[in-house]
Amino acid sequence: MSELVPKVDGIAEAKLEKTTGPWREAWNGFKKSKVAVVGVGIVVFFILLAIFGPFLVSQGINDQSLPDRLLPPSSEFWLGTDDLGRDILSRIVHGARISLWIGFFSVIGSVVVGSALGIIAGYYGRWIDTIISRIFDIMLAFPSILLAIAIVSVLGPSLQNALIAIAIINVPNFGRLIRSKVLSIKEDEYITAAKGIGMKDSRILISHILPNSMAPVIVQGTLAVATAILEAAALGFLGLGAEAPTPEWGKMLADSKNYLQSAPWTMIFPGIAIMLTVLGFNLMGDGLRDALDPRMKS
Amino acid sequence: MTTKPLLKVDNLKKYFPVKKGMLGRTVGQVKAVDDVSFYVNEGETLGIVGESGCGKSTTGRMLMRLLEPSEGKVEFDGQELTSLSSDEMRKTRRDIQMVFQDPYASLNPRHTIGKILEEPLIVHGLDNAKERKEKVRKFLEIVGLSAYHAKRYPHQFSGGQRQRIGIARALMTNPKLIIADEPVSALDVSIQSQVLNLMQDLQKDFNLTYIFIAHDLGVVRHISDRVAVMYLGKMVEIAESEQLYVEPLHPYTQALLSAVPVPDPDYKKEQIVLEGDIPNPANPPSGCTFHTRCPFKMDICTKVVPELIQHGPGHSVACHLYGDESDNDIKKMEGSL
Repeated sequence: MSELVPKVDGIAEAKLEKTTGPWREAWNGFKKSKVAVVGVGIVVFFILLAIFGPFLVSQGINDQSLPDRLLPPSSEFWLGTDDLGRDILSRIVHGARISLWIGFFSVIGSVVVGSALGIIAGYYGRWIDTIISRIFDIMLAFPSILLAIAIVSVLGPSLQNALIAIAIINVPNFGRLIRSKVLSIKEDEYITAAKGIGMKDSRILISHILPNSMAPVIVQGTLAVATAILEAAALGFLGLGAEAPTPEWGKMLADSKNYLQSAPWTMIFPGIAIMLTVLGFNLMGDGLRDALDPRMKS
Repeated sequence: MTTKPLLKVDNLKKYFPVKKGMLGRTVGQVKAVDDVSFYVNEGETLGIVGESGCGKSTTGRMLMRLLEPSEGKVEFDGQELTSLSSDEMRKTRRDIQMVFQDPYASLNPRHTIGKILEEPLIVHGLDNAKERKEKVRKFLEIVGLSAYHAKRYPHQFSGGQRQRIGIARALMTNPKLIIADEPVSALDVSIQSQVLNLMQDLQKDFNLTYIFIAHDLGVVRHISDRVAVMYLGKMVEIAESEQLYVEPLHPYTQALLSAVPVPDPDYKKEQIVLEGDIPNPANPPSGCTFHTRCPFKMDICTKVVPELIQHGPGHSVACHLYGDESDNDIKKMEGSL
């Protein structure tokens, strides 16, 4: 054996152009999917709308003008007016801010709490895992919107409480996801290697297990933003979310449901706004899943 | 070479419970490692060989307490490892490092090589940031890579290169003992020899002690001073490397050696083919665990567990074919019948 002398190890240059980290590679894969890019386009559009939109629209959200009530779309009111003569376009633009705010922050809340619980359950196992997993099971046994309604009923109906409720009901989804990922990662040899080096558990969890279990969470998180927006709209529609004059999309649907036949634009446009945002996040999430899933790589 | 034992292992055991049913009742145990004792001198290489599932990797992991031993003692550099608290053990790992089998799985895919190599130093609070970077560069060059590789990710390297990185990582904290768990079995043969030569050079340069776990006797012969052969969780033979290859005593060792390919087309092979499979370690055979496959099976083998006894200088074997003790045992047995 020892007679076979080096030369073949390829230590010389392999054809590597740039240092491409795993995230960068995922981005390159993501860009290839046209549908995903469309999704990102829609999401970015709504984000920009949420940030800058309110400065652009002429009318205030609560400027009532009863003579102008239930007007169809026209050059003055692009998307028509509602039963109190308020401009639907400006209400939708303001509503984007509320919906995205709920979407993002409820998901961030679920991800943080769910990840923490999931990692602890997955890494330490035994009775900690049993307790946390059973709590997740119990929460998942309720239909999520029912649970959200129950939580909001306890906390009192408001936009903020709706956000909290949506965050809570999504915790077990993320918790389970992370737990299963951690269960497989902790058996990987580089974790054993990290222990062998003499690393503390806390460091292993934060610097090795967490970053490696994030890919599915990002995908799930993007998709969950869409669900959260829908749930917020549902709660708004049921009168458990935003309060009366707030231009929340679900609330707008609820307020105008009586005029569906006489003035359908009052419902159609907020509905389209919800649908487009949810679609955007879903497309983006699907693209991310393909880009981050190693099995999809050629 | 000094002859002070750096590592001494006494009666090491690892039993994995076998659980069944909803309540997790323990219905039996797998004796992965069953009563193994050996020592390693400073500066030498002890090879541990055996087929898959014989407990050699488990033994390696128990030495670092990556797996907690069920029983037994591990004494390293005058310190009793099995009695240390987990935090003390963590600090002691600075002196015992491990090289893993799979170079694709043992490096965190999201960390750059620089970060991977730096981490042992950070964990043990050694050096400042600048010295650490300097050390990373130095060790990359020592293992035959280049300083600029520090910026790259593991997936950009070949298997051989990654194993070099794994070796560099093990060297970072300047350890005394390196446990290499099948470090070359995942590599191409041509790369194997390079990595083995590198390991030998490093041993000289850094005065390292190796425990080299492998299933390939050719590889082990190349690198080891002494070789221990394991079968079904037990150590069946341990001898100086040359001694073992020239005069294998245990029938299992003989069978293993006869399976080593010889690079000579005219060589007439007299391979001893073992019959049957390795028995289920959850239900090992009585007496000598090898008796189910042994071509020289005697009556006593099914009844009495052979002890690992010395047979010649530095050569111990656990087999009833050798030594007077077997006769005594037979007599004892006959007396009791």
